Amino acid sequence: MIFTIAILREVKVMNNLNNNNGSVSGNREQKKKFAVFPSTKAKRIRKDERILHPFRVMLRKEISDHVRSWRFIILVSIVALTCFGSLYTALTNIGTAIKPGNPEGSFFFLRLFTISDGTMPSYFVFISFLGPLLGISLGFDAINSDQNRGILSRILSQPIHRDYLLNAKFLAALIVIGLMFIVLGFLVIGFGLITIGIPPTAEEFMRIVSFIILSIIYVAFWLNLSILFSVQFRQPATSALSGIAVWLFFSVFYGMIVTLITRPLAPSELASQQQIIGYEGLRLTLMRFMPNELFSEATTTLLMPSVRSLGPLTMEQLYGTIPGPLPLGQSLLIVWPQVTGLLAATILCFVISYVSFMRREIRSR
Amino acid sequence: MVAENIIELTDLTKRYGSFTAVNQLNLAIGTGEIFGLLGPNGAGKSTTILMILGLTEPSSGSVKVCGYNPSSEPLEVKSRAGYLPEDVGFYLNRTGLDNLVFTGRLNMLSEKKAEEKAKELLVRVGLENEVDKKTGKYSRGMLQRLGLADVLIKQPEIIILDEPTLGIDPRGVREFLKLIVELSREEGITVLFSSHDLHQVQQVCDRVGLFVGGKLLAEGDIQSLSKKLFSNSPYTIELEVSAGTRSDSDNPGNGISIEQMNKMLGNLEGVLAVNKINERFQIECSHDITSAIARKVIESGAGLEYLTRKEYGLNDIYYRYFEGGEGHE
Repeated sequence: MIFTIAILREVKVMNNLNNNNGSVSGNREQKKKFAVFPSTKAKRIRKDERILHPFRVMLRKEISDHVRSWRFIILVSIVALTCFGSLYTALTNIGTAIKPGNPEGSFFFLRLFTISDGTMPSYFVFISFLGPLLGISLGFDAINSDQNRGILSRILSQPIHRDYLLNAKFLAALIVIGLMFIVLGFLVIGFGLITIGIPPTAEEFMRIVSFIILSIIYVAFWLNLSILFSVQFRQPATSALSGIAVWLFFSVFYGMIVTLITRPLAPSELASQQQIIGYEGLRLTLMRFMPNELFSEATTTLLMPSVRSLGPLTMEQLYGTIPGPLPLGQSLLIVWPQVTGLLAATILCFVISYVSFMRREIRSR
Repeated sequence: MVAENIIELTDLTKRYGSFTAVNQLNLAIGTGEIFGLLGPNGAGKSTTILMILGLTEPSSGSVKVCGYNPSSEPLEVKSRAGYLPEDVGFYLNRTGLDNLVFTGRLNMLSEKKAEEKAKELLVRVGLENEVDKKTGKYSRGMLQRLGLADVLIKQPEIIILDEPTLGIDPRGVREFLKLIVELSREEGITVLFSSHDLHQVQQVCDRVGLFVGGKLLAEGDIQSLSKKLFSNSPYTIELEVSAGTRSDSDNPGNGISIEQMNKMLGNLEGVLAVNKINERFQIECSHDITSAIARKVIESGAGLEYLTRKEYGLNDIYYRYFEGGEGHE
């Protein structure tokens, strides 16, 4: 949420900058005989006569590059296909999934995102699987391919700040992915609405929106990681491979390694409750270094309102609880650490690539 | 306040680890000048250019471009200086026009204005037939010309060209250089031009800086450089003389010996030595006495068939310096 607000704010700042152009760099523009438009007249100016802030020009170009590229078309078709596949299985199984008396019965609509019949993973599992791929493939050649084509030194000798390039690349990919997720999410809602005929409640809708925002944050992490690799490595193939390696490491090997480490420490069945809780805590802490784990914990909580804790619960804590769904606010409170963790990882990647890019020497090719 | 020198480098040094790429460079380039940075590969030309543009930071020393420091005020410098990198690249899936419009808009032009300007420049650099062709299909020379248009769209005060003629055929090179000279003269643009090719630099540059091993060995116009270098005999005048009248000029130089030649010249001031090579006389002089020599020859009644003042080209300068440079190490 904060993230989108930050983006919105940035866009707003950009607008302000754009409006102030006339006054800020006025003397230069007069010298160059540029037209200086007072901002009050801005509405009357034709679209192609407007002077846009360079950052917006770059952002537009990056977005149109993404949208036109084959890569993006392929990715969209893969994601759309899996999305509709999982929607199909969800719709065919939704009748059997709802049992009377189930606390989640009231969240009928959310089941669309979580149901699977075992042959096909559900929508949110798909997103957690494909998200990294999306992020990596839109970012892995952000900087180094420009450098290899001899564009980097030409663009950076234009009167723009160096970070504009990095920000524009990141923001453009994020906007493209964000739009795609929003569209897909809403399409699922729409199809669900048409097929089952029950509209989502306001809370369900909010949960779905938070889920979409969460998946955008998740993809933003992978995007930043791959931009970081694209700053560090000269060859796009190397950076793509490093991104995929990190993804595979987390999704396949990290869990195994954690099991390997924690198994010798596993308490016996006769151990005290405290020991068992301590052990589970350690295991979970180790697992939570993995962005996939953070994402799946957060999405589970958001899409299944009956989940009330992500850590181990003792019998005393459970004693006397009424099985029922949590309100949205409480679910958000539970996933807050996970979201913060994902954001922190994203920002960390961004900072590293920022620092190494800002001071680097830009040679042609 | 108008600074007389548009680019000023003071004690500029760039080190990469223990390797010094540019060493204590002092250089001033005046407004409207065409300055050639000449040197072999790896002499530190590109590094100097990168430091001028703020694309890399100097280890020590200072750079001033139009009175601005490229490291702390990069936008001021980059909006005044256009840079054509060595082996320039464009967005290959966009047309030449699109690429130019994009650059124009990064320089705060409106879309309409950028497009007008881009079209005008494409005509100027001779790419009017390739406007809507994707740059991926451009040839090397076309890309280079598009690069020049790309530099000009921001209406720069300085153009910095890093090895701009690399990989273009001789005709392309000639046209390209002509374009640069025209631009510089018409619009008063200062041009900094790096090359390892002597002849190109000689053709276009007002002043030359010789770069070897990160050091500026000499700077000045070509005459003063050759004067400095060949101080013992800066001028050589080559002439061919036929005895008697024009009618028996079928046999040029026939019969005229060095002694006769010496006699002919009399005790002309400035003559250092007279040699005869392949029927032609080489007269080494301390200063320019071409017209005096011609007068003497005509007065003596001999036919003057051929007369030229041999200037030392950059080639001679280049080799002499490099020999010297290698000798030091």
